[in-house]
Amino acid sequence: MNTTSNAARSNEATEAKVVVKNLYKVFGNKPDVAMQMLYDGKHKDEVLRQTGQVVGVLDASFEINKGEIFVLMGLSGSGKSTLIRLLNRLIEPSAGSVIVDGEDVAKMSTDKLLNLRRKDMSMVFQSFALLPHRTVVENAAFGLEIAGVDVKERERRAMEVLEQVGLHTFAKHMPSQLSGGMQQRVGLARALTVNPSLMLMDEAFSALDPLRRTEMQDVLMKLQQEQKRTIVFVSHDLDEALRIGNRICIMEGGRVVQVGTSDDILQRPADEYVKAFFNGVDTNKYLTAKDVAQKEQVTIFERPDDLANGFSAALERMRIYDRVYAFVLDEQHKVLGVVSAESLMACANKSGAKLRDAILPDKTAIPSNMPLNEVMKKVVEYACPLPVIDENGEYIGAITKTVLLRKLCKEKLA
Amino acid sequence: MSYKLPIGNWVAAGVDWLEHNDHGLFDKIGKIIDASTGAIESGLAFIPFWLLAAIFIGIGFWRLGWKFALFCAASFLLIDNMGFANQTVVTLALIFSATLISLALGIPFGIWAGRNDRAEAVIRPILDFMQTMPAFVYLIPAAMFFGLGRVPGVIATVIFAMPPVVRLTSLGIRQVNKEQVEAGIAFGCTPTQLLLKVQIPSAMANLFAGINQTIMMALSMVIIASMVGAGGLGNDVLSSISRLDIGLGFESGLGVVLLAIMLDRITESFGVKRKVN
Ligand SMILES: Nc1ncnc2c1ncn2[C@@H]1O[C@H](COP(=O)(O)OP(=O)(O)O)[C@@H](O)[C@H]1O
Ligand SMILES: [Mg+2]
Repeated sequence: MNTTSNAARSNEATEAKVVVKNLYKVFGNKPDVAMQMLYDGKHKDEVLRQTGQVVGVLDASFEINKGEIFVLMGLSGSGKSTLIRLLNRLIEPSAGSVIVDGEDVAKMSTDKLLNLRRKDMSMVFQSFALLPHRTVVENAAFGLEIAGVDVKERERRAMEVLEQVGLHTFAKHMPSQLSGGMQQRVGLARALTVNPSLMLMDEAFSALDPLRRTEMQDVLMKLQQEQKRTIVFVSHDLDEALRIGNRICIMEGGRVVQVGTSDDILQRPADEYVKAFFNGVDTNKYLTAKDVAQKEQVTIFERPDDLANGFSAALERMRIYDRVYAFVLDEQHKVLGVVSAESLMACANKSGAKLRDAILPDKTAIPSNMPLNEVMKKVVEYACPLPVIDENGEYIGAITKTVLLRKLCKEKLA
Repeated sequence: MSYKLPIGNWVAAGVDWLEHNDHGLFDKIGKIIDASTGAIESGLAFIPFWLLAAIFIGIGFWRLGWKFALFCAASFLLIDNMGFANQTVVTLALIFSATLISLALGIPFGIWAGRNDRAEAVIRPILDFMQTMPAFVYLIPAAMFFGLGRVPGVIATVIFAMPPVVRLTSLGIRQVNKEQVEAGIAFGCTPTQLLLKVQIPSAMANLFAGINQTIMMALSMVIIASMVGAGGLGNDVLSSISRLDIGLGFESGLGVVLLAIMLDRITESFGVKRKVN
């Protein structure tokens, strides 16, 4: 069943799932007066000054394609949360339409709306918003419970989804017993259990620390690979938007300023606001140590049975390759340390010295997935080039100051 | 400042008018309350005093451990020893019925006020009034409408004891995390589902705090209500005052205190345990 719906979804790849047309939201007790002023071309600040009405969303129009991750971005107060809540009518629109699969949510009857929310549209929240008095599996089954599915069936389906997000062993725990990242997995599971075609996520990962955030983004991307849903994702984090978004929608002061792919927006920003937004993009964040690690280094294997020979062989190889430093590895390719020509020569003259004794005192290794901006800090700290190791601790290359600088210059020029 | 507003006269006239134009309404209310309180009282009286003690000790042990169970046992022995066994049963029956009525009225009002700003705006000052008006002032109209006995006692107690549960229910519902409520709506809750599955469960700790306070206020009012002949431990307190009998006053007062501590700690434990979860 999944395969057919997947195929169906990919056929409709460019079809619109949601069409938003001239959507407005005015907060306050006199929205009609405010709407009239806006239609007359008055600025929203003037509306606020004269009527006290707050304009949350102002004439938003855009389309969201089937199966894409559509990221709403903007500064705090730009209307992202309001806009996403207009899509499932947690907030009543003041004017305009929100057409989901051809039906206008803004004009839908209560029954139809409840049905849509129960069956085909779900939401993930910044504060997770789990129900504290329910277990993980009860939380995950919440949507089905509301839709009237019996206990057995809904918990069976909830367990399936919990397994997908890696939490099935925690099914009987209470949310308060879980870490933030795990709680949001439950939030995600709750949204997935109803098997919606449209998912709304309001800053869903913003409350998590950077590591967990990336981890959750990966979980989401994996789920998205398995079954394409349409996801509207609010974020104020540019890295997040660039990482997961198929298209990005930039908001400012309740207005939609630009909609496009990240390349579109980076290369052709609609105005200064958008440009300013992207100036802060730190491309170094997307590169990791392994992207710049150089393999052409001298590596020396330490063999326990080797006596004096090691020194001259090492020195000779360093001379051939024109290197001042070399990396000492054991037989499992684990890094033992760095030696320099100087330290090797000093030891070669001592009787009974081993290769190990030539290793420089300040040794450190860089994990291959360390972001470049952190690598920079490390490299500056040490005089010698630093070895890069993979998750098993095995040597995969080294980073020198020169290599790093060259790489950074290229990135800046591009 | 020579003209005095006849507020007292107005209220007296209003009460008078109500009394003569109620078409037997108060009579009916009185009968219902009398019957139910009577039923509770005879129900409790049917339970032997030792069994009542055993129930308290058992619940005390379950919620708070053996130390508190021991305290309950000692308290009941002391109460029995001082000769207040029967009065204590009557007082408990009064507290029980007044609390039940307070909760039956107070929780719905609290929910209403919690979900509706206008209702809150109207109910709030009324609650303030009910709570700050000196308690025994209620006894006068209660006695006028319902005569002497336990009915006016229960009614005055209900008026006095209801505010906390209304207030805390409303507060509890208002304090439910905004996104939790949104989650309920986003997953398709009807207003009733939202109330039952999201708002009330989350407001439980506050609700129990309200119930606890209501019981405590009921206890204090039930003692005062002995002035209109409600009976129970209050009678002993009252007669000790009229006879200036320090010994009886202290003993009956001690009985009330012990009862108060037991009721307070036990009902409180229900709320606290929930908060921890
Ligand atoms: N319930 C409300 N009443 C009045 N103003 C509101 C309400 N909700 C949001 N706003 C206002 O609408 C604007 C947009 O808010 P919001 O959508 O929360 O922004 P964002 O999610 O982008 O930070 C802000 O100016 C905010 O103060
Ligand atoms: Mg927001």
